[in-house]
Amino acid sequence: MNKLVNNAEEAIHGIEDNMTLMLGGFGLCGIPENCISALVKKGTKSLTCISNNAGVDDFGIGLMLQKKQVKKMISSYVGENAEFERQLLSGELEVELIPQGTLATRCMAAGYGMPAIFTPAGVGTEVAEGKETRVFNGKTYLMEYAFDADFAIVKAWKGDSMGNLVFRSTSRNFNPLMAMAGKITIAEVEELVPVGSLDPDHVHTPGIYVHRIFEGKGYEKRIEQRTVRKKE
Amino acid sequence: MLDKFGIAQRIARELKDGMYVNLGIGIPTLVANYVPQGMTIILQSENGLLGMGPFPYEGDEDPDTINAGKQTITTLPGSSIFDSAMSFGMIRAGKVDLTVLGAMEVADNGDIANWKVPGKMVKGMGGAMDLVASAKNIIVAMQHCDKAGNSKLLKKCSLPITGLGCVKKVVSDLGVFDVTPEGFKLLERAPGISVDEIKAKTEGRLIVEGEIPEMKIN
Repeated sequence: MNKLVNNAEEAIHGIEDNMTLMLGGFGLCGIPENCISALVKKGTKSLTCISNNAGVDDFGIGLMLQKKQVKKMISSYVGENAEFERQLLSGELEVELIPQGTLATRCMAAGYGMPAIFTPAGVGTEVAEGKETRVFNGKTYLMEYAFDADFAIVKAWKGDSMGNLVFRSTSRNFNPLMAMAGKITIAEVEELVPVGSLDPDHVHTPGIYVHRIFEGKGYEKRIEQRTVRKKE
Repeated sequence: MLDKFGIAQRIARELKDGMYVNLGIGIPTLVANYVPQGMTIILQSENGLLGMGPFPYEGDEDPDTINAGKQTITTLPGSSIFDSAMSFGMIRAGKVDLTVLGAMEVADNGDIANWKVPGKMVKGMGGAMDLVASAKNIIVAMQHCDKAGNSKLLKKCSLPITGLGCVKKVVSDLGVFDVTPEGFKLLERAPGISVDEIKAKTEGRLIVEGEIPEMKIN
């Protein structure tokens, strides 16, 4: 078994133009910073990115938008990004907005081997246009398909060379779901730990879902909204 | 008339001990400041946290610990963390007792519009559509009228819908309303606001039965 790669450049090998990627994170929390930088450097184009948000102008997926590498974003919320807005209004960028729970559950379905899910989110709204509905116990549900992504790129706190992952605090968010959902899953971790040091009971993502893993470096972990209270 | 703090304070009176509550961005977030002493309310943040605590002390910010508004927050003793699918799973399964959110428009049948204004930059619905489609109890915190003075409590929403027939109660700067099959039922007036003013500023069907008390907030 050899899942261990040296760095982000090696990890993203095989990501080509026109592919579909999943990128973990919520806002800037728990995003795969190293792989995003490597993708920007590599210059891969016309990517479809499935990610809850699209970063900010100068960080996260925003960096890929600056380089016009993204053809389509599939997200639930894309505020806080002026370049994003410019590309959207000029027609350079296609955007599919979907409810956040639907986004999460479509990832989960892919990882659980289920082709579709039924959710009430979006019934009666423009999200439902053209979609199949079913009534269960008197309530209407939309059928939403499992995602089909070429690569999933996630960020974990700790991981081992067998691909087992542990996430920290709310940087977990979409990461374990996307980790399960990629045809090829890349995990970058803050700390690569020896096999055997993670308690099996505490592993969030079993290594079977992870194909490539490396210890990232230089994490900035930028805070989007710094809110504090004064010590009394 | 209530300011945003007053609206939050009035909504806090709807809380009951042990409730799991999801508070939206804006006025709803302020409700957390008015939880009655001795009452335990567990706040759910849809990015994957139950038991959201206050903002961290200066210097204690943790970039890995944020709420759905991307603000740095803290956890509390007894908090739990989970992924986004489980977060919306507990919402969809009706485990979250109360959802408080803002709205641009509410219709007298409980429809809500709060995610998109055509012609303006569309930022997305985030978790709003999931929340309104599944929550057992939804209270909307909103201004009664827009800046031009037009009612936002309507017969029918004019903006793109977020969810159908889901709002149970509205607390506006002018009063408290139950959403009933017959329309908005006025329960309380905000301090200094008359029933006539509320009638004049409510476009949707309004039910006024008997004497309407002025609300008490402390």
